[in-house]
Amino acid sequence: MTGAATKTTHELVTLDDAGKMHAVGDETQIKPYTINFGPQHPAAHGVLRLILEMDGEVVERADPHIGLLHRGTEKLIEYKTYMQALPYFDRLDYVSPMNQEHCFALSVEKLLGITPPPRAQYIRVLFCELTRILNHILNITTYALDVGAITPALWGFEEREKGMEFYDRVCGARLHANYVRPGGVNMDMPKGLAEDMMAWTESFTKVIDDLDGLLTQNRVFKQRTVGIGVVSRQQAMDWGFTGPMLRASGVAWDLRKSQPYDVYDKMDFDIPVGKTGDCYARYMVRMEEMRQSLKIMRQCLREMPGGPVKSDDYKVTAPPREEMKKSMEALIHHFKLFTEGYHVPAGETYTAVEAPKGEFGVYLVADGTNRPYKCHIRAPGFAHLAGLDFMSKGHMLADTVAIIGSMDIVFGEIDR
Amino acid sequence: MSKRAPNELHTGIAAKLAEVLGPAITAQDFAQDELQITVKASELNRVMTVLRDRAEFLFEQLVDITATDYPAKPDRFEIVYNLLSIRLNARIRVKVKTDEDTPVPSVVKQFSSAIWLEREVWDMYGIVFDGNDDLRRILTDYGFEGHPLRKDFPLTGYVEMRYDETLKRVVYEPVQLPQDFRVFENLSPWEAMTTVQLPGDEKATRQKIGPKNYREKGASE
Repeated sequence: MTGAATKTTHELVTLDDAGKMHAVGDETQIKPYTINFGPQHPAAHGVLRLILEMDGEVVERADPHIGLLHRGTEKLIEYKTYMQALPYFDRLDYVSPMNQEHCFALSVEKLLGITPPPRAQYIRVLFCELTRILNHILNITTYALDVGAITPALWGFEEREKGMEFYDRVCGARLHANYVRPGGVNMDMPKGLAEDMMAWTESFTKVIDDLDGLLTQNRVFKQRTVGIGVVSRQQAMDWGFTGPMLRASGVAWDLRKSQPYDVYDKMDFDIPVGKTGDCYARYMVRMEEMRQSLKIMRQCLREMPGGPVKSDDYKVTAPPREEMKKSMEALIHHFKLFTEGYHVPAGETYTAVEAPKGEFGVYLVADGTNRPYKCHIRAPGFAHLAGLDFMSKGHMLADTVAIIGSMDIVFGEIDR
Repeated sequence: MSKRAPNELHTGIAAKLAEVLGPAITAQDFAQDELQITVKASELNRVMTVLRDRAEFLFEQLVDITATDYPAKPDRFEIVYNLLSIRLNARIRVKVKTDEDTPVPSVVKQFSSAIWLEREVWDMYGIVFDGNDDLRRILTDYGFEGHPLRKDFPLTGYVEMRYDETLKRVVYEPVQLPQDFRVFENLSPWEAMTTVQLPGDEKATRQKIGPKNYREKGASE
């Protein structure tokens, strides 16, 4: 009962044993009270503990307690070589692993001054967009689940499984890929994968249409989302919102367009921008982003050149297996790479990518040795969750659930 | 690493900033094609207001705050503010230096996103932000002691947690490792054997500066 004031705001009635109504006297008036939401709650999307100060059913203050999934990733990375640090990025936002690896790889490449070969850049962009679709499927369908629709989750997860099979085929893992490496990608795509992905981009359009049919004009869905959690342009900028959260508030800003990395400058796609800044606008932005991602994937598959998939600088990337069997030099390179790792020249960089949830950035400080001096991770969800208090103020408790769902938060990246 | 000429946009912003802020800026840097300025802590709020509000900058988003710990330096902490201007399509890094005891002015009045970001830096590094009313810990556990991202905080921490069946609750105990935590630098194949310098060991400590220079050097030899 923290912060309980004695003010009375609700006219309440009570029933006596005979079923007769009486006005509630001053001595029994309801005071503002505090409830604890989570950390184990199906609508908390992970381990969110929320302290809600309620006035009846209306939220007066929301205080998220985070850190229940804190693993000290940034500290651990300081004790690992650059190569060993990479898999930690899969485990941050575990529904969009490759985008985060991509960010780390780009920052290390920037400090090393190397550029991956064109084929590697196309593969990276292809898989980043696949990841964006997988992320948005998860968000949209579980969000629909939060506000009462079960079918989208059942339909969407089947497609997500197909997408994760592509992950499996390209790197051997469904989730923790460890695929995008500084200097390129780990392996070339296996035979037949490009054709299968192209076929999937065609069939998946139908699934987006189905989801669209289930939700977009659904009366219950709209009642739960339209006008809920409205964020103005000014607020979105002030609170550091990025990605769909920013675009839904009417800011046309996407790092893939404005600060393109790898081959995004060659891609032909549009940036959906919302007008209303509410939960519904955020949903609409994500739906359209999936269609645009399909467009990018098709273009990548059509235009992907042949050639190597990683830098031929064996000080940074491992030499091919067969060469190691014949060449002493390759063997030494392999040994040194997997024990000592490579040295990154002293310097610092902040490199950001447009991850599905927003701007994912890595602030990397190198001191010339084989491990990072400091590696700070800028997670988009951290800024979004900080805004929960002002977004949910004055809304009902059930709307807070809708707002959390529309933020697309994953605690792996927020708690780090 | 090839030194690129600084981006014209960045030099332009830096020149205008120097004009507006004058001696508040103590250093500028254009390395890695990124703009970075170091400012006096006492001027931080004015710098942030200028960066956010002046029509020629409009750095309206505070994307990130973090810190770097250099225990050997007298001002051991560098606090790093990352700002983004959507208008200019540019980023700027603002750095402020401080020691363990001196608080840094909070920027929550300029940017609301700073509330949580400053809480995180306080939690991780123990830097106090003067003016942030909500400086609670954010990522570590309730009742945690110490600041884990400081370089003098051990990787393994000081306490470990387990569920005690008799007490029926979670208990904290001093961390006990069957084997000491060892850091293998792997900089030299025989480093693990001895700390004595053997002939040839100096090759391992020679500064290596990235693959490109290494290769160019090899070609010229």
